[in-house]
Amino acid sequence: MSRLAGTFARLKQEGRAGLVTYVMANDPDAATAQKIVDGLPDAGADVIELGLPFSDPMADGPAIQAAALRALANGGSTKATFELLRNFRKKNTATPVVLMGYYNPIYIYGAERFCKDAAAAGADGLIVVDLPPEEDEELRPYAKAAGLDLVRLATPTTDDKRLPTVLEGASGFLYYVAVLGVTGTKSAAATDVQAAVARIKRHTQLPVAVGFGIKTPEGAAAIAKHADAAVVGSALVQIVADTKTDPVTPMHKLVRELAAAVRGAKQGAAA
Amino acid sequence: MTALNSYRAGPDERGHFGIFGGRYVAETLMPLILEVERAYTAAKADPSFQKELDYYLEHYVGRPSPLWFAQRLTDELGGAKIYLKRDELNHTGSHKINNTMGQILLARRMGKKRIIAETGAGQHGVATATVCALFGMPCVVYMGATDIERQAPNVFRMKMLGAEVRPVTSGTGTLKDAMNDALRDWVANVTDTYYIIGTVAGPHPYPAMVRDFQSVIGVEARAQILKAEGRLPDKLVACIGGGSNAMGLFHPFLDDRDVAMDAVEAAGLGLDTGKHAASLQGGKPGVLHGNRTFLLMDGDGQITEAHSISAGLDYPGIGPEHAWLHDIKRVNYVAATDEDAVEGFKLLSRTEGILPALEPAHALAHVARIAPKMAKDKIIVMNLCGRGDKDIFALAERLGVKL
Repeated sequence: MSRLAGTFARLKQEGRAGLVTYVMANDPDAATAQKIVDGLPDAGADVIELGLPFSDPMADGPAIQAAALRALANGGSTKATFELLRNFRKKNTATPVVLMGYYNPIYIYGAERFCKDAAAAGADGLIVVDLPPEEDEELRPYAKAAGLDLVRLATPTTDDKRLPTVLEGASGFLYYVAVLGVTGTKSAAATDVQAAVARIKRHTQLPVAVGFGIKTPEGAAAIAKHADAAVVGSALVQIVADTKTDPVTPMHKLVRELAAAVRGAKQGAAA
Repeated sequence: MTALNSYRAGPDERGHFGIFGGRYVAETLMPLILEVERAYTAAKADPSFQKELDYYLEHYVGRPSPLWFAQRLTDELGGAKIYLKRDELNHTGSHKINNTMGQILLARRMGKKRIIAETGAGQHGVATATVCALFGMPCVVYMGATDIERQAPNVFRMKMLGAEVRPVTSGTGTLKDAMNDALRDWVANVTDTYYIIGTVAGPHPYPAMVRDFQSVIGVEARAQILKAEGRLPDKLVACIGGGSNAMGLFHPFLDDRDVAMDAVEAAGLGLDTGKHAASLQGGKPGVLHGNRTFLLMDGDGQITEAHSISAGLDYPGIGPEHAWLHDIKRVNYVAATDEDAVEGFKLLSRTEGILPALEPAHALAHVARIAPKMAKDKIIVMNLCGRGDKDIFALAERLGVKL
């Protein structure tokens, strides 16, 4: 069983939702980002999304845009991201890591080579924001051959007619983007998320992780009642922007609070 | 000629021109892109849509634009006969309104209530703000903070036309970042908003749709040159940033094998300096803003900054159909520097009494290079796609003149 499938199976057994934490590789620099990522599992992250820095992240809000530029200014790259992941895997072989980014750096690295190197570095899955099902056949076979899950995204605009297209060939989990907008801006109402997850579950057995706009432990708990996992990204990345000296400690503190809230949320309960 | 060996048959049903084009957008936008495609396909097949567009193009934009035989410029260069397609005489001063008029009529058909656009030089922003004023629709234009500074007259025009100009400070604060922010706005406002993309780039169906709306340039030019000379031209010349004015002139001639075509990229300080906007000659294929095309980038696939004296050409990418025409060598892609463009500007102003925009001044620089080497019975048609009024401040500064 893959790390992702194993993790979601365990979460189901424990009767709780998971916490997915997004951080940007190399943000603010290689050494600090390494400390941040290395400490995420102990702080309570069930799955790590590791952002591949890109110069033009058009689906991201200001927090992640700034994170990408900070990372790139300090040597961030696809290769540096793999290096971070390799180091992480020396200490941790249990926590799934999903690489999340945009297609151009992957295309330039070479789709096949990227998948091989990502898997060798210890990645479990890929989320490529600007590669919809209509275009991802140029990556999917290589991801599959390397044993990487290709995680697809669904949004409030993905209606019942389109959902099967999104789910065809999806694996690992489904990432539900809870709001119409970029990362870290609006927040979704828990009732809307409940209805959306129920709708998606009618089409698939895949676990559904919900993200975009979850900023606080309370927000994470509200989502965790209805989803298989809650994703938090911008709120974590913002800590790097807001902290002059050491972002590691406050970031892990927030992750612990988020994890406690997610673990305390009773699944299936009303919002 | 059958569709199979036509250069004009693309894109395929998924929006690909060879390996270029496509629909590389976030899932939130995907259903919307498909909706735009359906609506455009239906509009294209509806004679009443074309009739409505023709009405506005004739009575509001001022089409057809003249094809002017530039006698003094021809004499001065001493070679091929030079004709100028005068799209700078359109209302708002450039070819951009051919496309914004088409797209706003489509947006109205789709029942959209709010318009967004990106702009570099501000010509597309002004053309969008203009049609929004004409139809009473709210308009938000994203413009790089750097561009706002160097294109102040157009910023003022957009504001007078009732548009909200949102300065973009993210990234490098230029056209590519304005496009990122417009896409971010669209993701957040999918239900009521229509995004009028200004060039033959972006996700399918935009490259094909913008090309179709701009093709009025080439369709008119073809009929006009046949009337004036009784034959087709030997060469077409147009400047190219994203590539909408070049595509508009070229497309109706693509299957006329004897018509050669030169598209002029902005070489900035020089192709070998790294400070240019020549995506085809200095870039490589990649994926950005919804399509695969030639892009300026570093070895890691990070998009790099373009440089040109002309804000309208200052984009690190190019339309996917141009990338394809470059690959199959149907169109010849060349370059002109900032300095060449300034000389082109001066040349046309002096010989023909026409102040060209800095964008077509690049095309003029190329015409000035090739015309003298061509025989006197050869014919060049150049697209004069914008007028220079917007550039006089930037030019005066460069020429050391205090206004």
